[in-house]
Amino acid sequence: MIDLIKQPWPWYVSGPLIALVMGTLLYFGKTFGVSSNLRTMCSIMGAGKKVEFFNFNWKENIWNLLFIFGSVIGGFIGHFFLSTSEPVAISTETVQDLAGLGIANSGTYVPTDLFSWSSLFTLKGAIMLIGGGFLIGFGTRYAGGCTSGHAITGLSNLQLPSLIAVVGFFIGGLLMTHILMPIILSL
Amino acid sequence: MAPKVLEKKKTSTVNQQLLKGTKFVVLGILFGIIMTKSEAVSWYRIQEMFRFQSFHMYGIIGSALGLGVIIMQFIKRRALIDYSGQPINLPTKPKGFTNYILGGTIFGLGWALTGACPGPVFVLIGNGFTVFLVVLASAVLGTFVYGVLRNKLPH
Repeated sequence: MIDLIKQPWPWYVSGPLIALVMGTLLYFGKTFGVSSNLRTMCSIMGAGKKVEFFNFNWKENIWNLLFIFGSVIGGFIGHFFLSTSEPVAISTETVQDLAGLGIANSGTYVPTDLFSWSSLFTLKGAIMLIGGGFLIGFGTRYAGGCTSGHAITGLSNLQLPSLIAVVGFFIGGLLMTHILMPIILSL
Repeated sequence: MAPKVLEKKKTSTVNQQLLKGTKFVVLGILFGIIMTKSEAVSWYRIQEMFRFQSFHMYGIIGSALGLGVIIMQFIKRRALIDYSGQPINLPTKPKGFTNYILGGTIFGLGWALTGACPGPVFVLIGNGFTVFLVVLASAVLGTFVYGVLRNKLPH
């Protein structure tokens, strides 16, 4: 059993489990959505005194902070106790495309030479980590949700705004992957 | 006698709060394990998705959605109640177009660049890729700047 768990989980196991997490949260009277925690964090740090958007009772969202706290622990358990050292089986086409852009297959979840503390002090590292994070945080609140809130929760409830947002996610993702990232990586 | 009773009451509410919170930590732990084991937190998997070179991510999102629709419809048609006896409120999103398409596009740029959406940012920190703390701090800053500029942006 544990050997089975230690293998990478196929999509048809992982996807339905994510839906069950969403369903269990609904049963506990909560809505699955990670990015609202970013707004909550702004409020906790006192942004509500200056900006109306952050002036709300963040204590109602403590459950969600506990959820993401758990997800950090889950990431730790998954990585250090429930995994083998087998490299991630990325498609050979992707590996080749990325090699053409100068990114080697690290075998783990991120290209370690780009996503490291020392790469923060390079131009492309700073753009990817600091710039990328900023775009995520700005975009998700502008769009009123992220992958969990729109692509999973919103679409599950057949919400048209979520479909528009997900189309946007893909416009941005394709634009970055095929046009902007080759430029950034050549810096 | 009165203060003692009061104190007892206070500790029991704290315990209740902790107990209430525990289930969310447990669900978060499950979520973190699922995201790690599914490799949905992999930067390379997101690249595969945006290059249409693997079914993996589409399978994860698609099957989550398939069961998600069934769960939502089931709740709606059976008018299910939650653990506290309240009717389950299915989340709806306010009508609009501009903010969803523009915000979504900006989000997508960041998603492809970092290979992570907000959930995976936290999960990756747990995976030991601590530099994602910087991505997180930047994302909080991005959300703050959105809040500041909100009234000037088209919605």
